[in-house]
Amino acid sequence: MLAWMAWTWQTAAFFALIALALIVLTLLAIYRPETPRTGILRFPTTRGDRFFVTLLGSAFIFVFWMRLGGGALWYPLAGSVAYGIAMFRFA
Amino acid sequence: MMDKPTNNRAWFFVLPVLVLVLFSSIVPVMTVVNYSLQDSMGVNNFFWNGDSWFRDLLNPDTEIGARFADALLRTIAFSFTALAVEVPLGIAIALCLPRRGWSVGISLVIMALPMLIPWNVVGTMWQIFARQDIGLFGAALTGIGLPYNVTQGSVSAWVTIVVIDVWHWTPLVILLSYAGLRAIPDAFYQAARIDGASRWAVFVNIELPKLQKVLVIAVLLRFMQTFMIYTEPVVVTGGGPGSATTFLSIDLVKIAIGQVDVGSAAAMSLVYYIIILTACWIFFTVMTQIDRRGDR
Repeated sequence: MLAWMAWTWQTAAFFALIALALIVLTLLAIYRPETPRTGILRFPTTRGDRFFVTLLGSAFIFVFWMRLGGGALWYPLAGSVAYGIAMFRFA
Repeated sequence: MMDKPTNNRAWFFVLPVLVLVLFSSIVPVMTVVNYSLQDSMGVNNFFWNGDSWFRDLLNPDTEIGARFADALLRTIAFSFTALAVEVPLGIAIALCLPRRGWSVGISLVIMALPMLIPWNVVGTMWQIFARQDIGLFGAALTGIGLPYNVTQGSVSAWVTIVVIDVWHWTPLVILLSYAGLRAIPDAFYQAARIDGASRWAVFVNIELPKLQKVLVIAVLLRFMQTFMIYTEPVVVTGGGPGSATTFLSIDLVKIAIGQVDVGSAAAMSLVYYIIILTACWIFFTVMTQIDRRGDR
């Protein structure tokens, strides 16, 4: 049934991770409600906002890495993780 | 500020929409992500291709990379040109519209008419309108000696597409600005009159700040629609002459359907997608911030 979607285990894992993150965020929102806080982005953000900014920013880190002709994708991955931690900590 | 009542049962009412979005957006996006990392030989015969589609696309030295960079630049230039014309023009016309009486309805309906015409009809109309031999617009410009030729001059083609978009969508900015202007209480204008404020001062200090929210919406809508413009250039110029009006969406269709180059097209649409997502997010954030400041 899903053959036309041309799944690979890599992309399946990628989407599974995002789905997992969304589930964790939902559970956190239910059991550990939070109030938005204002950080370096200068407007109040919740965990969900910070997660979104992390994903979007990571996409751009990868795009610019490849645009500038960088090598293996482990470097932008490390950069994205560092960026994500920074976002969750300071945004 | 009063807290809004929250009730988690509301989420169940959103479920049907979620299911709809799942099939209309999420499944297709996932499929595009899958395509972007594989090479396809014939129907449903895929091979892992890693990141090479993306690397080709983002490298301006390759053929596809050069095409993508050009189309992206062209699309951004088009969006900014259209916005730079439509937003000031829309506000100016909204300021000139009558505020009361029978003429209000007539003006608004006439203004809104272009918006009711479907894109491909607009394209066909302008294709004829801009022709040098039988089109009023094209013949008139040629008649007064301007070098105007939609099919051969890239400047002509470009200007025509911008004019079409301005003609078609400035009404949206007009209607939004007009609604925003009508929402300003008379007391503000009375206070301005008492202070002896000039017309310009009234505009800058009263009308423009009060229009801020509707203008953000107008700019967001106009940006989205100009950034994904497809039908008008396809009908009027076919993306030409050469590739002068080949915007991102047109190039995407050419690669995906014309050349059946699914991998490249998927990579291209994903990069296109994150740009649009970023723009949406920025506008959404700005809008909610204006709301929040308004609440206090």
